[in-house]
Amino acid sequence: MVDKSIENFECGHRACGGCGAATAVRMILKGAGEDVIVVSPTGCLEVFTTPYPETAWKVPWIHSLFENAAAVASGIEASLKRQGRSEKVLVIGGDGATVDIGMLCLSGAFERNHDITYICYDNEAYMNTGIQRSGATPFDASTSTSPAGSCSMGNKHAKKDVPAILAAHGSPYVATASLSYPTDLMKKVETAVNTPGATYIQIHAPCCTGWGFEGDQTVAVGKLAIETGLWVNYEMVDGVLRKAKKVKRKPVEEYLSVQKRFRHLFKPKRNEEEIAKIQAIADANAAKFGIDI
Amino acid sequence: MKEILEGSHAVAEAVRLCRPQVVSAYPITPQTHIVEALASMVADCKLDAEYICVESEFSALSACIGASTAGSRTYSATTSQGLALMYEVCFNAAGMRLPIVMTIANRAMSAPLSIWNDQQDSISLRDSGWIQLYAEDNQEALDLHLLAYRVCEDHDILLPAFVCFDGFILSHTYEPVDMPTQEEVDAYLPAFNPYQRLDAKDPISFGMYATPDYYMEFRYENQRAMLRAKEAIVRYGTLFKEQFGRDYSGLIEGYELEDAEIALVAMGSICGTVKDAIDEMRKDGIKVGLLKIRCFRPFPDEEIAAALAHVKTVAILDKNVSLGSKGAVGLEIKDALYGSSIAVYDYILGLGGRDIRKKDIRAITKLAEQGSGDMFYGLREELL
Ligand SMILES: Cc1ncc(C[n+]2csc(CCOP(=O)(O)OP(=O)(O)O)c2C)c(N)n1
Ligand SMILES: [Mg+2]
Repeated sequence: MVDKSIENFECGHRACGGCGAATAVRMILKGAGEDVIVVSPTGCLEVFTTPYPETAWKVPWIHSLFENAAAVASGIEASLKRQGRSEKVLVIGGDGATVDIGMLCLSGAFERNHDITYICYDNEAYMNTGIQRSGATPFDASTSTSPAGSCSMGNKHAKKDVPAILAAHGSPYVATASLSYPTDLMKKVETAVNTPGATYIQIHAPCCTGWGFEGDQTVAVGKLAIETGLWVNYEMVDGVLRKAKKVKRKPVEEYLSVQKRFRHLFKPKRNEEEIAKIQAIADANAAKFGIDI
Repeated sequence: MKEILEGSHAVAEAVRLCRPQVVSAYPITPQTHIVEALASMVADCKLDAEYICVESEFSALSACIGASTAGSRTYSATTSQGLALMYEVCFNAAGMRLPIVMTIANRAMSAPLSIWNDQQDSISLRDSGWIQLYAEDNQEALDLHLLAYRVCEDHDILLPAFVCFDGFILSHTYEPVDMPTQEEVDAYLPAFNPYQRLDAKDPISFGMYATPDYYMEFRYENQRAMLRAKEAIVRYGTLFKEQFGRDYSGLIEGYELEDAEIALVAMGSICGTVKDAIDEMRKDGIKVGLLKIRCFRPFPDEEIAAALAHVKTVAILDKNVSLGSKGAVGLEIKDALYGSSIAVYDYILGLGGRDIRKKDIRAITKLAEQGSGDMFYGLREELL
């Protein structure tokens, strides 16, 4: 049972008002319980929580580099094992640290199946350095390194499917979650940390600053991602899809039109062709995960 | 007990005796025999440690950072390309003040690819905040591991250390070594006692970022710890001498130096060849001696200036080159001797495994006497 009274993420940190990652981390720490050690790679979370000499972390926490969190966690796990200690080891890192630059360390840690839980808060770009694209940036999103322009529709590639890659490593538990569904999120974290071996959760964490919406809309935007089928909450146990959240799907433009990063699809004129491509991504998700009610 | 061992195996035995709790390394020639030997020890329950078979050197040292912060004595080993891949992690481990000990089986840097010896790899990390010790022979390589852990884990120091020994020349050479017993090592090196650790009962944040208001003081503290390490190496080197009889109480060592007019300065296995060459040259009446640098970081500048104060000429044997400038050891010696009237010449030699023989040492001594230096020595002119 998740102890919702746990508050191990102190308020007063430096995140933007409405930061999805901050909300997600507060819930992650409820789901993870008290006996936990957290590793964070370089990124927004690290920066907004630990400007020396202040820290927002009421659990032991370590930051080393941008791309080595999974390896640092591997070492912590081995060290605890050697000392006969029982703390859970949890990585909480951004999408860039996870799906791009940290992929080597991540793959190694999952292949060795250390008893760790790796949680990626996915805000779909390198936010800390000014909203550059990552391998988790969605198709057609405009970022500072994939800008929409007179001859560009924004990010050319679809999101890298890292949950599938880690499931293919033999991970006993892989899940996706959304900060807009906190009970589900906390339960998945609890399951992941209590499952022996290397487990993974990717949490959709809307970023008001990077995506371009008002800070009081974070939860609503996260909900729309689920409701349009552009984000699917599911669990994979031993590589087998267990359950995916079913929805009565809305058209993708309801999600796209509320974010500045997709504004070029609607202005100066509506781009039916591009919107149709994104609708096709949602349709494929729906078919793959069987989410349509 | 005297044993005849390959250098790598002597080092692996020394590491075993130091009781690391977490070992994390990735194979690379000429370091491989060390990590293979340690893996066998773990497989045979002769070493009670977690051995993390990582997918890269980058992860090897990163895992050591995690393991050390969580409260374990950690060990790694690498060389050349592997060390270069660790570049970022090296600075990080030192900045986080983690007493990790890592063996460097010195090897040249690519390109061109070369598996053979020089000291470019570790020297290129001279600014990373790691203590750097260089061994002349396998006995010293073995012993320096004990010394390194003792120094690094001192709560007034808390720095990581490279124990460097020349790839192939030492790592793959069989030599007799005096192997201490476990009881002797335990008496010298107490169990790991972390200054701080990751612990759910006492949560601390490690690796926070520092604004311009704080960053410089962290660097200054690192520098001060480095300078304190000089004194700690002398202290624990003296303790080592008292317990094991072998003298590592100095950051530098002299050979036939007291009355020398020409001093050769070198680090690592080349010192053995230099000593033999000096014996011959002394018979010919040449007043030549050796200043061996055991500890390159922290750099013993004052000690070197004092030891060389009486000589007329200094010839530095540099197994590296700071491209666009000079040999790194030479530069530091020139800095240490600044303001003196001693003639100082640098010789870049032995790169990528090119052999250095006694006759080369004689030739360099002659060049220095003639006032010719600051050059690559031993080039094959026909290839240029
Ligand atoms: C080796 C290295 N390359 C680049 C950087 C610069 N950098 C720091 S954080 C960051 C992006 C982080 O993105 P992500 O992991 O998605 O986290 P976010 O800031 O979005 O929360 C980058 C590129 C770095 N610190 N280290
Ligand atoms: Mg991000």
